[in-house]
Amino acid sequence: MSIIIKRSLLLLLVLPCITLTAQGEQQMAKVKGGVYVPLYGNDITAVRVDDFYLDLYPVTNSDYLAFVKEHAEWKKSLVKGLFADGNYLRNWVSDTDLGEKVVPDAPVTNVSWFAAKSYCECQGKRLPTMDEWEFAAMADETAADARKKKDYNKYILGWYEAPRTYKNPVGSTFKNYWGIYDLHGLVWEWTSDFNSVLLSGESRKGNDEDANLFCGAAAVGATDLMNYAAFMRYAFRASIKANYNVQNLGFRCAVDGNKKSNTYKVALDATK
Amino acid sequence: MKAHFVKNIGRILLMSGLLIFLSSCINQDKKREYTDAGEIPVNREMLAELTSPPHVPTPVGKRLAKKLIVKMEIREMEGEMVNGVRYIYWTFGGTVPGSFIRTRVGDEVEFHLQNHPDNKLPHNIDLHAVNGPGGGAESSFVAPGHEKVFSFKTLNPGLYVYHCATAPVGMHIGNGMYGLILVEPEGGLPPVDKEYYIMQGDFYTKGSYGERGLQPFDMQKALDEKPDYVVFNGHVGAMTGDNAITAKVGETVRLFVGNGGPNLVSSFHVIGEIFDRVHIEGGDRINDNVQTTLIPAGGAAIVEFKVDVPGTFILVDHSIFRAFNKGALAQLKVEGEEDKKIYSGEIEEGIYLPEGGGVQSMPATKGVVEAEIPARSLEEQMKFGKATYMQTCFACHQSEGQGVANAFPPLAKSDYLNADVDRAIGIVLHGKTGEITVNGKKYNSVMTAQSLNDDEIANVLTYVYHSWGNSKKVVTPEMVKKVRNQ
Repeated sequence: MSIIIKRSLLLLLVLPCITLTAQGEQQMAKVKGGVYVPLYGNDITAVRVDDFYLDLYPVTNSDYLAFVKEHAEWKKSLVKGLFADGNYLRNWVSDTDLGEKVVPDAPVTNVSWFAAKSYCECQGKRLPTMDEWEFAAMADETAADARKKKDYNKYILGWYEAPRTYKNPVGSTFKNYWGIYDLHGLVWEWTSDFNSVLLSGESRKGNDEDANLFCGAAAVGATDLMNYAAFMRYAFRASIKANYNVQNLGFRCAVDGNKKSNTYKVALDATK
Repeated sequence: MKAHFVKNIGRILLMSGLLIFLSSCINQDKKREYTDAGEIPVNREMLAELTSPPHVPTPVGKRLAKKLIVKMEIREMEGEMVNGVRYIYWTFGGTVPGSFIRTRVGDEVEFHLQNHPDNKLPHNIDLHAVNGPGGGAESSFVAPGHEKVFSFKTLNPGLYVYHCATAPVGMHIGNGMYGLILVEPEGGLPPVDKEYYIMQGDFYTKGSYGERGLQPFDMQKALDEKPDYVVFNGHVGAMTGDNAITAKVGETVRLFVGNGGPNLVSSFHVIGEIFDRVHIEGGDRINDNVQTTLIPAGGAAIVEFKVDVPGTFILVDHSIFRAFNKGALAQLKVEGEEDKKIYSGEIEEGIYLPEGGGVQSMPATKGVVEAEIPARSLEEQMKFGKATYMQTCFACHQSEGQGVANAFPPLAKSDYLNADVDRAIGIVLHGKTGEITVNGKKYNSVMTAQSLNDDEIANVLTYVYHSWGNSKKVVTPEMVKKVRNQ
């Protein structure tokens, strides 16, 4: 048994994604890097984010359908349990049929981290890091860092409460400063290092191994809504594992900023 | 003297004989008493009965400690806070408060926490009945579409709160993620006739009390601890009218009362009843003859009383504006024979005119927000009017407009109401003090001026005129405006 698993692991690791097709390839926006202080840090731990490109939209059900048609190992019936638990694509009727209830233009969800990672690699891309994602997601329509704006935070908190947004088509929320859509308002998104910050299941702990996080926690002052929105994202990330498939969790892909931009269709109005 | 001595010896012999007899009884019945609850062995497996409020599961009675399997599903779902106001609740078991869990000392509870796949957020559970880090929160942190299992042994009898403890904790509790778990002592609590489950909670919405539509959670109000709603069992009217809890005269009633918070403490009181026994803070200590018992946020109490006379008894948070203006009000309806010795009812009525009486006015804020959507049809007027009625008029004039004898005049088939519509508008606008005669009966009390806008008054009066055998007049905002400007 373990040999089989090892083999398939090996296969997956070794097998390069050669089929770079136009299907599923989508426009990207360039995000100009910078320094930001993440939730879990303090001034000393400001994080540098280099330039990168990020997909304008989350990957959709129809994008993902095209992918599984080419990569049979990611079909619902063939996927290895090690890489995706029993909920993988649970709303799809079959391997290649979305069925009537699944909206083709809506973000694909119920995909594991392994699946998302493999998808991006097959596009010649990768998953964004958590810092990249958080950096791009600080923006509202007009500002690169809108985290201090009350309305921006209320919008995010509002989404956390709105049911079934995973059924809405991509592009249905706002276009942010970088030209990227739907970072808030449709689904949660995988990041390559989603589990690198360990928020314990017990969120009220004192000052042990999660000390940094809880400095953040202590900073939640009377008017600081900003951390509440971020807290919920980190709490969500801490609750998942790489083979989980969750109804409200999708993904999009990223590329390093120093790669030649002509490889990817970069949205013209995206860079300012 | 001698005889006395002999008698005493006889008594002693008798007593010791009894003692031997008794102790042999004990030896037969109870094989072993456990001083340490942790050592109580469990006997078989059992799926726990969970109930929605206001109901509680069957008492444990004399059953042995068991391995008790609890399956609790978390749902994020839309519900109604008060007529016309919708809210996204986060729930344990689909209700606020969450399902009631009933255990006994020594049970080994195997807890399955299931997070429904449609949910957005990870959740967990902290049960105050657990001895262990986080009260289970650490071991139960579960992503949507997954299940976590952990187990604990109930060591301390009492009534305990459970709640979600995922960041941000206040928001999870504020959206309704709390409930009660009861740990009964060995042999169970003494039997009573009726048991009910009530839990208070405060809610914070973007719109103020009664503002229609889907209302999102308001973090700022929660931080400021200024709730729009303070309610029993999750929403306004959860236990009034047809949903009132009931008992019969002479019955003993036990209420399991909790307070989920997230912010306020409750001054729990039943109007017209005295608690015979209160398990203070849900623990072992019992206080007798209590009028109002304080229930901390994240705490509970067991209150017991015998109902002696029939009538409707109002359960309130005696921080009283919460009861009459924010929803913290429930009803216990008691049926049965009157007992004039215990409560006479009104004996006679006289006239008493103190100085300085006058019309009291409800505080009106400047620039009252017009109702978002003005009613377009009679049907809509009825719908909105009913909502306003249930929020504003119901407490005195009652659900069927019947009023309260000798205190609040009826609106149903009311000659006074039907005689003059402008007068009725004027009373809602400006209040009314002094004696009036309605359907042949005299009333002398005070109605405060209501801070409703023209639309709301038009709707509520149209609703009243179209209900309970009244004259089916339609009141328009223009008519209200006319009276307002007089």
